[in-house]
Amino acid sequence: MPLSLAHALKQAAIAGLLALGLAFPILALRSDQDMNNRLIVETRWSWAIGAALAIFALRLIGLYLQHWRANRPQSVRSNEARKDYGTPLAWAGLIILFAFPFVILSLLGPQGALKWINNYGIQILIYVMLGWGLNIVVGLAGLLDLGYVAFYAVGAYSYALLSTTYGLSFWICLPLAGLLAAFWGILLGFPVLRLRGDYLAIVTLAFGEIIRVVLINWIEFSNGSAGISSIPRVTFFGLPFTAGEGGFAALFGLEFSPIHRVMFLYFLILCLALITNVVTLRMRNLPIGRAWEALREDEIACRSLGINTVNTKLTAFALGAMFGGFAGSFFAVRQNFVSPESFTFIESATILAIVVLGGMGSQIGVAIAAVLMIGGTEVLRELDVLKAIFGEGFDPAQYRMLVFGLGMVVMMIWKPRGLISTRTPTIFHMKRRAVSSDLVKEGHA
Amino acid sequence: MRRWLEDPLLNVEHLSMVFGGLSAVSDLSFSVGRGDITALIGPNGAGKTTVFNCITGFYKPTRGRLALARAGAIEDDALDRLTLSGQRFAGDLYLLERMADHEITRRAHVARTFQNIRLFAGMTVLENLIVAQHNELMRASKLTFGGLIGLPSYRAAETHAVQRALDWLKRIHLIHRADDAAGDLPYGDQRRLEIARAMLTDPVLLCLDEPAAGLNPRESAELTALLRSIRDEDRTSILLIEHDMSVVMQISDHVIVLDYGRKIADGTPQDVRDDPRVIAAYLGVEDEEDVAAAESEVARMAGEAP
Amino acid sequence: MENFLQQLINALTLGSIYGLIAIGYTMVFGIIGMVNFAHGDVFMLAAFIALLIFLALTQLLGLASLPIAFLIVLVVAMVLTALWSWAIERVAYRPLRGSFRLAPLISAIGMSIFLSNFVQVVQGPRNKPVPPMFTDFVRLTDGPLSVALSYKQMLIMAVTAVLLVGLWFVVQKTALGRAQRACEQDRRMAALLGIDVNRTISLTFVIGAALAAVAGVLYMMYYGVVNFADGFVPGVKAFTAAVLGGIGSIPGAVIGGLLIGLIETFWSAYFSSDYKDVAAFSILAVVLIFMPSGLLGRPDVEKV
Repeated sequence: MPLSLAHALKQAAIAGLLALGLAFPILALRSDQDMNNRLIVETRWSWAIGAALAIFALRLIGLYLQHWRANRPQSVRSNEARKDYGTPLAWAGLIILFAFPFVILSLLGPQGALKWINNYGIQILIYVMLGWGLNIVVGLAGLLDLGYVAFYAVGAYSYALLSTTYGLSFWICLPLAGLLAAFWGILLGFPVLRLRGDYLAIVTLAFGEIIRVVLINWIEFSNGSAGISSIPRVTFFGLPFTAGEGGFAALFGLEFSPIHRVMFLYFLILCLALITNVVTLRMRNLPIGRAWEALREDEIACRSLGINTVNTKLTAFALGAMFGGFAGSFFAVRQNFVSPESFTFIESATILAIVVLGGMGSQIGVAIAAVLMIGGTEVLRELDVLKAIFGEGFDPAQYRMLVFGLGMVVMMIWKPRGLISTRTPTIFHMKRRAVSSDLVKEGHA
Repeated sequence: MRRWLEDPLLNVEHLSMVFGGLSAVSDLSFSVGRGDITALIGPNGAGKTTVFNCITGFYKPTRGRLALARAGAIEDDALDRLTLSGQRFAGDLYLLERMADHEITRRAHVARTFQNIRLFAGMTVLENLIVAQHNELMRASKLTFGGLIGLPSYRAAETHAVQRALDWLKRIHLIHRADDAAGDLPYGDQRRLEIARAMLTDPVLLCLDEPAAGLNPRESAELTALLRSIRDEDRTSILLIEHDMSVVMQISDHVIVLDYGRKIADGTPQDVRDDPRVIAAYLGVEDEEDVAAAESEVARMAGEAP
Repeated sequence: MENFLQQLINALTLGSIYGLIAIGYTMVFGIIGMVNFAHGDVFMLAAFIALLIFLALTQLLGLASLPIAFLIVLVVAMVLTALWSWAIERVAYRPLRGSFRLAPLISAIGMSIFLSNFVQVVQGPRNKPVPPMFTDFVRLTDGPLSVALSYKQMLIMAVTAVLLVGLWFVVQKTALGRAQRACEQDRRMAALLGIDVNRTISLTFVIGAALAAVAGVLYMMYYGVVNFADGFVPGVKAFTAAVLGGIGSIPGAVIGGLLIGLIETFWSAYFSSDYKDVAAFSILAVVLIFMPSGLLGRPDVEKV
């Protein structure tokens, strides 16, 4: 059926008018404090009209897109045709990850590369690792955890406190931080893992918030909102990355540059993330991993097969927490500073969004989702081009979280089951065939 | 021969289950004979599935004792000692009402299937059967640590588990679907797969909740043969809930009839079929005259059953 | 004793606000089984809309009468917030209905992040101090520690009570209420019986948002300050209230809201206000663990 222009225009006009209504006070009026700290209001009609026109245009494009998609010849879906791109994709990704810093370094030199390796490489890899850690809990075991950031915080504060109070080195603190986080995972998980899905999500959210509020208020322990600063920097297995005598550069006869430390941090988080990945992939093929997935599929059936579901859930929760703890202690050694500010609910939501967008249970999907979401919002900081369009006062970084939130909505509508939604079986008789997402359950029901 | 009186595997004594004031099962006692196929029948809402859920630990009974002896006889004094001790099990004697659902499968070796099939739909047929062997494999993987480093003994155990699974798949004629998602199988195949999965937990008692529901006559006949072979070759006793009277009358050694949570008949299929109370319960009649009509109706339903 | 009475009045005021927000959570959860994460931010947005309308009325249009201004603000904020919530449901939740259960939750979290940042971008990150209104109060007792009931508090309790009666009428006595209850029981069956399920769900969002808008207006007036980040914590607490009362139950949400208000106020008064959020969240955890169906919720029996 052809889409008539009049109909489309009418629909778009309705949407535009609606947008005008929505925009009326919040865009068209702007409140500001004057010299006496008194609120004054001024009108800003252009914004409201602009928004209405933008919605009109978007709706029009959307209608035509929808029309085009509905009338596109449908490709025949078959189970046999579904090819497994996972393995080659994973190897390509691995090569890119190892080559990335060297390529950047050769292209931009030590000064220019610093930002790219730090803001993109390390930042994204932290979220890849957190995503993989949470994937065990949400993607494999099907337990909805909205407070994952709590374990990230436990890891970060473990390193921060152990290193500043007892002078322990990073390499001792790292495993300790993981163990402490796992311990907290078991402690928090034990009472709540009986709960059904949504409730589990809310309780974990509450725990995340409790830990953050305690960190803010228990000043003797955590130094409150001021945080803990001058956390010892990472060393090359005991060798500091300093300029002088006895530093990393001096020993290896290199010219001192901050890039050495950043490169080391990059490879450190890459290794940590890969360890998370390898352990998860291996465990997925072991009885415990299969029990996690079975639990996601049908908890009652699991119990009828003699599987202790509480223990099975606890192992998933504790393992996920442990990797969160490792990532946390890496975060602390990278920033040299931790404060409760870094462990808000938004972090948990971001990590969960990465897991869901990646396609629950898919390791490669989670990695791609982390690149898209974290890399994508980082790119927004760079877009100075937009200033040319919106004027000098426009600061793209300001819109980062706004776009991020909108991105979450759009991506869910675009791909509700995530980027890679098929499931790869853990064992096969004749041929490994991916399982279609229509059959795979999401657990926590 | 009435094996349920001479060599009981499971004794259900004075079982009652009350849900918020409503009593689903009241003061029910019966025995399941070792090596028997026992059928639990009754009209809808008679409490059959509730009895299953109590035996398999999904519900905690309000009152009653469920004693199971894996190998030997259920001795009265041993049972009394166990009951008084507060323990859940002693030797090969188990008090199911004290045990959690997963323990009942793992320790007492009672397995079950569900009325609305509960396969792991997103996992393959083979994976479903491997998950059923979780506890053995978990032991072999030294609680995962051995498996992580790839112990040869774990690999051997896994190979063995796969072999057992494949043997079962051959037996239920699903070997060609081993790598397909369980949720993709047709209904009848899913029923058989669920039985195979339960059997891979090595049960002494297999509880089947309406195994023939939704099967066509050919599938029904296959099922009957499968259940007989489970009884005779695997030496696993079967307790089943079934509405299909022809299946019940053909394969059962012992039939128990429930109505409104109470037992109204208990005996061989022959005994039960001729019992006027059963006929009345099934057809909801009270008159003598109607009972006669109902009797012929039941006889017709039972078909050519022995 | 005086202190106790005063705290009780404060607690009921706060509890009324939580209760109004909690109804939105509980109704939406009841009908589509979804935690509408953006509801707290809809409440915050309503407070901003109210603030802007109030300023426009008094500064741009020169309206002098405070009660009339308040009434206009209340009605306009309810209508506009309901429109926002309707649009959010339409754009972000409806396309995901019936799909994967996590998708609407993530979409709602995204919407929550979007709304708070949207308000931050368009209205600025600073606290907005609102000119004080209805500052009079009634002294209930005399003495050094006198108990005072301010007009604001009376207004909040009165508005809440009136709205609850109205809501009760809608849910119990109208066709819409019946349609809502039918959809709660079985959506597919309701559709087969000719109920417009989409419309019923939309209206549920609209009612929830209108009540949250009232809460937003009252919040702005009572505390005299609004900020773009004010949606999250009251939102989580209102959700706690809904869970405490038994999610899906409207009277439960109100009782839960009052209880959370009481607990929080008395905790701050007698212990430490630093940990008042910890108290609220701990209660949430404890209730869910030991009493998952809340005070008035239906217990859920596991179907095997």
